Amino acid sequence: MEYKDYYGVLDVKKDATQAEIKSAYRKLARQYHPDLNKDEGAEDKFKEIGEAHEILKDPEKRAAYDQLGSGYQPGQDFTPPPNWDAGFEYSGGSPDMGAAGARDSTAYSEFFEDLFGQAMREKRAQQAQFHTKGQDHHAKILVDLDDVFTGAKRAIQLQVPKVTADGHVITEQRTLNVNIPKGLRAGQHIRLKGQGTPGLGKGEAGDLYLEVSFKPHPHYRAQGHDLYLDLPVAPWEAALGGKVKAPTPGGSVDVTIPANSSGGKKMRLKGRGIPGKTPGDLYITLQISLPPASDDKAKKLYEKMAEELAFNPRAKLGV
Amino acid sequence: MPDRKQPAALGDLVTTKPELTLAELCQSCNLSKELITTYVEEGIVEPQGLDKTQWRFSRIALIEVRRACRLERDLGLNAAGVALALRLMDEIEELKRQLVHYERPGIGDDL
Repeated sequence: MEYKDYYGVLDVKKDATQAEIKSAYRKLARQYHPDLNKDEGAEDKFKEIGEAHEILKDPEKRAAYDQLGSGYQPGQDFTPPPNWDAGFEYSGGSPDMGAAGARDSTAYSEFFEDLFGQAMREKRAQQAQFHTKGQDHHAKILVDLDDVFTGAKRAIQLQVPKVTADGHVITEQRTLNVNIPKGLRAGQHIRLKGQGTPGLGKGEAGDLYLEVSFKPHPHYRAQGHDLYLDLPVAPWEAALGGKVKAPTPGGSVDVTIPANSSGGKKMRLKGRGIPGKTPGDLYITLQISLPPASDDKAKKLYEKMAEELAFNPRAKLGV
Repeated sequence: MPDRKQPAALGDLVTTKPELTLAELCQSCNLSKELITTYVEEGIVEPQGLDKTQWRFSRIALIEVRRACRLERDLGLNAAGVALALRLMDEIEELKRQLVHYERPGIGDDL
């Protein structure tokens, strides 16, 4: 497994005080918390920070980690010495984990799991005995924009962490058939009843909540229930105006371009966004697309325009 | 692991329908009644019903309570701080939404 430099992750010195570690963690947590930072990679970074803090905030675990040695590079292949943690007393788990909002064990690296995972899992197992209903699970899924125009059923693959008999964490693939309701928007959730952790005893199983995002679409961007589309038009369509066809996920529509439209002009097609009780709108941004002057005929036409139109596109720049 | 034989397609949209009692919400989130009550007092979640015994929460509230609890735990906030953070996050979302209308050249001429 790879060695993790927890001090480097929190950007603190090896001899940092507990207060310095806490403040470094808080600062980074505010920056990378996945509820606050939607950037790709923020969640992984946050998990790494959380893991480093989990160890370094606890003087016992920090001391055990420190005695692994500091001669390793981050990412270097690493095998803990046998009985590396002998002589270190653990007062048992961490109150932050396994309690509310239960973070999955996948949130931790192999390095962390191998060194500190077992004690924490035991602690969590003890806590779990007090509850009968299984825990809810959360996952994010990517949905095709086209599917929310019609509604669809889709097979969705999820990676599920599982602890093996010898205490390692592996991921298993699980396939679920999920209803994609018509009019679904990014940020909404779909609930799959009973697909979370099974209950204890006669307790009900928890539910699985899927948070929806859209797959990037080659043509449209979704924002709430509105859609945005860049629509290429020929120079004469923009200059003279007229009807052109625009695609929408619900089928193509006619759009009337006003005469003398400039590139970047925005138009709104009411009700052509994501369907619903109040359907969203489709916003079109015109992009003027120039025919290439690739043959004599096209060149002549451009030359004729240059001769006959008194047009200086840089007039406003004073040149 | 539960029996995961797949029936037809599963899944319902999570809505604002009020369906969970305070006790059910507490159990689902593994949180105390006191904490949820504080969240209600801070306006982080708004149940229907006049008093605690009649409160009904939606499943969107369930997701929001979990988010509030994550923020509280991970950032070391109190409930008032969480309420403020959530309000600012909503405001940023709204501003980002509006920004889409302005971020390209030549806009504003024809909406």
